Amino acid sequence: MDAILLQTLNGLDKGSAYALIALGLTLIFGTLGVVNFAHGALFMIGAFCAVTVSRILNLSYETVDPTKTDFLGNPLKVKTPYLEGWFGPEFGGALIDWSVPLAIIFAIPIMVFVGFAMERGLIKHFYKRPHADQILVTFGLAIVLQEVVKYFYGANPIPTPAPDALKGSADLGVLIGLDPNAVIYPVWRLVYFGFAALIVGAVFAFLQFTTFGMVVRAGMADRETVGLLGINIDRRFTIMFGIAAAVAGLAGVMYTPINSPNYHMGMDFLVLSFVVVVVGGMGSLPGAVLAGFLLGILESFASMNEVKSILPGIDQIIIYMVAIIILLTRPRGLMGRKGVMED
Amino acid sequence: MLGLNKKDTSLLLIVAGLALFAPFLLNPFPADSGLAQFNAGYPDLMQRFVIFGIFAIGFNILFGLTGYLSFGHAAFLGVGSYCVVWMYKLVDYNVIWGLPLAIVVSALFSLLIGFVSLRRSGIYFSILTLAFAQMSFNLAYSVLTPITNGETGLQVYSNDPQVLLGATEPNAPHLFGIVMNQSKTLSMGAWEFTFNNGYYFCAVILMVVFYLAIRIFRSPFGMMLRAVKTNQTRMNYTGLSPRPYTLAAFVISGMYAGLAGGLMAAMDPLAGAERMQWTASGEVVLMTILGGAGTLLGPVLGAGFIKYFENIFSKINDGVLHSWFSFLPDGMENLLVGIVHPFVGKGWHLTLGLLFMAVVIFLPGGLMEGGERLKKRFSKTPEVKDPEHRPEDKPHVAE
Repeated sequence: MDAILLQTLNGLDKGSAYALIALGLTLIFGTLGVVNFAHGALFMIGAFCAVTVSRILNLSYETVDPTKTDFLGNPLKVKTPYLEGWFGPEFGGALIDWSVPLAIIFAIPIMVFVGFAMERGLIKHFYKRPHADQILVTFGLAIVLQEVVKYFYGANPIPTPAPDALKGSADLGVLIGLDPNAVIYPVWRLVYFGFAALIVGAVFAFLQFTTFGMVVRAGMADRETVGLLGINIDRRFTIMFGIAAAVAGLAGVMYTPINSPNYHMGMDFLVLSFVVVVVGGMGSLPGAVLAGFLLGILESFASMNEVKSILPGIDQIIIYMVAIIILLTRPRGLMGRKGVMED
Repeated sequence: MLGLNKKDTSLLLIVAGLALFAPFLLNPFPADSGLAQFNAGYPDLMQRFVIFGIFAIGFNILFGLTGYLSFGHAAFLGVGSYCVVWMYKLVDYNVIWGLPLAIVVSALFSLLIGFVSLRRSGIYFSILTLAFAQMSFNLAYSVLTPITNGETGLQVYSNDPQVLLGATEPNAPHLFGIVMNQSKTLSMGAWEFTFNNGYYFCAVILMVVFYLAIRIFRSPFGMMLRAVKTNQTRMNYTGLSPRPYTLAAFVISGMYAGLAGGLMAAMDPLAGAERMQWTASGEVVLMTILGGAGTLLGPVLGAGFIKYFENIFSKINDGVLHSWFSFLPDGMENLLVGIVHPFVGKGWHLTLGLLFMAVVIFLPGGLMEGGERLKKRFSKTPEVKDPEHRPEDKPHVAE
């Protein structure tokens, strides 16, 4: 029982990341009809937004402390972040400690801007070209973005810790009446799951309950008619691209404490999130979320030792196997609509 | 000649000539001059040109003709390599055992993957092949370690059976005694030319498979494949099922990939799982597009282009840059070096990505189309607007 609960929880955080990236991907499919291979790169840019913010907050000046000496006998140089100098060690220190959540505020405008620039600058010219061309040009863009990040930040993973308050593990088993220490789970992963649920909810609410969202949904169903009604649907779709980029970016920001970001993290997630989108059904938002969590949980169950002893290696291939089976039995994916990406 | 028309014969002869004289052509600079770093006439690089050329020719038969974009061809490359190394381990170092096996096994493997993947088309097909390739890669890394030797990579150990290994046989990959990694050097004044056995072995195979590719392109079968790309619905209505044709194309290109993988192991008796990773499939896609998908010569050009610049660009470091721009005043020199620095050396992939994007955006036909455009600009013959006499699209009444 507790093992099952633990594996489900383990699946949730990976599943959250898959779901968020796939949500953005499928949003772009559904609105613009573009296959965006650079979406993983957006995830990575988001993660590096967090790295940048934490570096900016940590900018410090050096002072010489005459009362202490280092091991060579020279006066000790003490590094003090500017923030601590300005706001005092308590508030300034807290700001630095909370750099990852703070990065969200900075990442949103940056990601929306990156999304706009990508759509207006490049992808706009590829609406009429075949899907293969779209895949190829965004694949090239992904390589370029990745290399640019590598040039500025180096090839090594950069650890970016979570705030101290959210670092440890929580004993979840006690909450539901199990023995203590039966289900121990890192707090940040719970935060990540909650954050993902919040974002998914926000995107759905935005599409469902605002006039803007209604127009976008109408445009997804029948772009031409909406255009004939005198609505500038292209502009709204561009904004949706920006939102999709922001969703991927935020997924990246919050993922940094779980896995130290490096320049190819985007590519690693890209393949899997494409599989997720296809399993969920191209252009279907609930499908992407459902498939994301489903595959994340399946993956974590497959990596249980009990399962692995029966079917060795199953944890490595479970996602792909599920994808292949679903694509062959339900060609439109779990919740795919008719007529999306079928030619 | 050989059932080819005049134009194709000359194309084949050009390729044969290029391959035969590559050690000369690729070494235009004297060995001790400053430009010697642009020479590409050393065995390792020439072998890679040819092997990736074969890989790209095969990929082009699928992608160029049918338009099915596979992101999983690296899997067949890896399978080919593993087969050849296994034959080294079991029989002996003669490549004649491994290469046919590599082709057969990759054919079976691609038959299996193709049979499943080709039920879907477009983006779904790409994802399915990607999924299969990643699956093979993950398996080769983890569970299949007894067969693939996992992370270490498969190689020949002294306690392997090697049942046919005679006392006089060379202890490296060879073809009936001709050792692959042996070369002869010819010095002519300041120039030095290297003739490598392995390179010529690959070059002969390249010529054979290039000839086969020409025949496929010109055959009724090739016509069918083009029909799949142009209009599958119309093909269905004509009473033809596209599936057998696409599957055949998939298997053929898988065999080419397996052969290329086998040749890799024939040049260097190693096989690693990283050859199967999807980025390796991405690379062959880049080569084919860069050279020109759907053309005969394009993929070979693209493969050569990428491998050449990968090698040359990644060797250029700051020191080299400084020596180039040393004729400028210091400030200018440092500025120029600073500008160029991110694009060379370790940053070569940035250049590749930018170049690739530029090709997809401005020259969808790749280098071949670029060449055609240049030729048109400089020749005086009037442009033939519609060489295939396609009927013009009539606008719909409602539009």
